[in-house]
Amino acid sequence: MDTPQTEVQTVYIRPASLSGTPTHYCPGCTHGIAHRLVAEVLDEMNVREQTIGVAPVGCSVFAYNYFNCDFVEAAHGRAPAMATGIKRVMPNHIVFTYQGDGDLASIGMSEIMHVAGRGENITVIFINNTIYGMTGGQMAPTTLPGQRTTSSPNGRDVETMGYPLHMAELLAQQPGAGYVVRRSLHDPKNIRQAKKAIRVAFEAQKRGLGFSLVELLSTCPTNWGVTPREALGWLEEHMIPVYPLQDFKVIPTLAELKF
Amino acid sequence: MTKELLEGNFAMAEAAVRAGCEAYFGYPITPQTEILEWMSHRMPELKRTFLQAESEVAAINMVYGAACTGTRVMSSSSSPGVSLMMEGLSYIAGTEVPVVLIDVVRGGPGLGNIAPAQSDYNQLNHGGGHGDYHQIVLAPASVQEAIDMTVLAFELAEKYRNIVVVMADGSVGQMMEPAELPEMRPVTRIQGDWPVTGNVGRPPRVLTSIYIDPPAEEVYNHKILNKWYDIQANEIRYKEYYLDDADFVVVGFGTAGRIALTSVRAARAEGIKVGLLRPITTSPFPFSQLDELSKRAQGMLVVEMNTGQMLDDVRLAAKGRLPVEFYGRPGGMMPFPDDILGEIRRLAHTPLTTEGDPRKRWMDRVRTGELMLR
Ligand SMILES: Cc1ncc(C[n+]2csc(CCOP(=O)(O)OP(=O)(O)O)c2C)c(N)n1
Ligand code: SF4
Repeated sequence: MDTPQTEVQTVYIRPASLSGTPTHYCPGCTHGIAHRLVAEVLDEMNVREQTIGVAPVGCSVFAYNYFNCDFVEAAHGRAPAMATGIKRVMPNHIVFTYQGDGDLASIGMSEIMHVAGRGENITVIFINNTIYGMTGGQMAPTTLPGQRTTSSPNGRDVETMGYPLHMAELLAQQPGAGYVVRRSLHDPKNIRQAKKAIRVAFEAQKRGLGFSLVELLSTCPTNWGVTPREALGWLEEHMIPVYPLQDFKVIPTLAELKF
Repeated sequence: MTKELLEGNFAMAEAAVRAGCEAYFGYPITPQTEILEWMSHRMPELKRTFLQAESEVAAINMVYGAACTGTRVMSSSSSPGVSLMMEGLSYIAGTEVPVVLIDVVRGGPGLGNIAPAQSDYNQLNHGGGHGDYHQIVLAPASVQEAIDMTVLAFELAEKYRNIVVVMADGSVGQMMEPAELPEMRPVTRIQGDWPVTGNVGRPPRVLTSIYIDPPAEEVYNHKILNKWYDIQANEIRYKEYYLDDADFVVVGFGTAGRIALTSVRAARAEGIKVGLLRPITTSPFPFSQLDELSKRAQGMLVVEMNTGQMLDDVRLAAKGRLPVEFYGRPGGMMPFPDDILGEIRRLAHTPLTTEGDPRKRWMDRVRTGELMLR
């Protein structure tokens, strides 16, 4: 009897742009997925050695431990300013920030608006999990109306605490923005779409097409007080109606790119 | 190079350009805006980086980012703007990247006014951002010194991977004097083992101010303190005038020190054996020089354009060995040479004490009208 020929095929491998350091994220947290997608894109574009990342203050404060490229760590909300300083003196490098919603939409509102306004040629990966993860689940500017957090224990009352900020919509209005979209990380199909968007965002930067941002709807099972699986369902059911998954700004050159 | 008539702010900006500053990030604020304006045409003309930031918060974080790549970078501002930079400065100190900042100090607190003042001595020399760190502070008293110290600031910042502040005041920034600019130096990037430049052919580098394990943060704190002792041992600078045989010593930095020199000369003409010590580095502070002077003099007078901030350092150096008196004009006011001369006469001709609080004595004399303010 002939022995059957087995062909070894790589179906899953760690991207070279990830360092292999185990992350400190909670089980079921989608920060890890977002990291992997960025790393895959850096690999595919073969730009890892030309890339400088800017880590935020938030749960992803140690992002620099997980990526296999040069990194700096910014003050809370200031990553876009730091990235500006780097990009202006290293215009041929790929510079990206990775920021949570407290970091980007609250304390760093001024910095993010102005990089978009200037059309700063950087890429921003924006993790919207509707909450301050690192400090234990307080209300964020993105917290949904009625959502309970440790600092809105009876639910976000829009009368006194205001409405969620829609950052992608807001930033897309700036003429300096080349690519601004929202995607979600709650299931494989959406994860694939998120990756495509991240690729386009980095391509936009590589081609000098202005500010690019991908907002990623993400989960924080720990501070939402649900299981990882429930968190995915909660995201789909509650977040997407408030934060539609759309392309808010895609300049024509980018619309033609296919990945 | 020959001397030209130059305004302090333009002179500092052009000195930075010639010292090889490759990137400038700033925000307009009087009385330093001329630095930003000069940079706004000069840097692009030389194909270097200029960016007007949305705030001083952003400006200092842009500086932080550029500094992380090994680029010679600076910002400039004035008091309220520098307050906004404190967060960024602390992160810069926590990352040990070289940065130069020019602070053209104005009257405060709050919005204060735009007149020359020295009221941010404590903020720049003793405090500022959170955490344990020290920055080198240079105090020019003339346009020429402002130029020379700007050049020196870049050298020291890179030598020690430290923040260096040129602490000018509104009068140094705004006045015009004959001065000589340095030769144009080539622009170079720092090549050490730390700048983030993309990890071609080497493992990735990370620049961060986080030391999440307290023992590691303690080691870092020890490290930058030991560096500070190195800086103290090698970089203390000051100017001495008529101190060889002085019975009385006036201490003043920057503009106040310069005005005091006129008073010291006038007092010498009257036969009073008085000299002046003008710290050039207010941080590191010339403690040992003042310590020595306090052993041989009979009295000291500290003159500042604030309510007595460096005074505390002088008293620390004098260790209560001799009377230390204070004369100050805060709020954007400047002392006249005659006023300081009056204080020198008082120092030389009236009985003094090492007891009590010299700042309080001065304030009481102002309050009661014994000391006339002009
Ligand atoms: C100036 C300053 N203020 C507050 C904090 C405390 N802090 C750390 S992380 C954080 C919120 C982070 O939330 P987010 O950006 O949403 O990121 P996540 O942790 O959810 O990923 C806050 C308020 C800080 N480090 N610095
Ligand atoms: S707290 Fe939330 S955002 Fe932070 S790691 Fe845990 S699950 Fe992720």
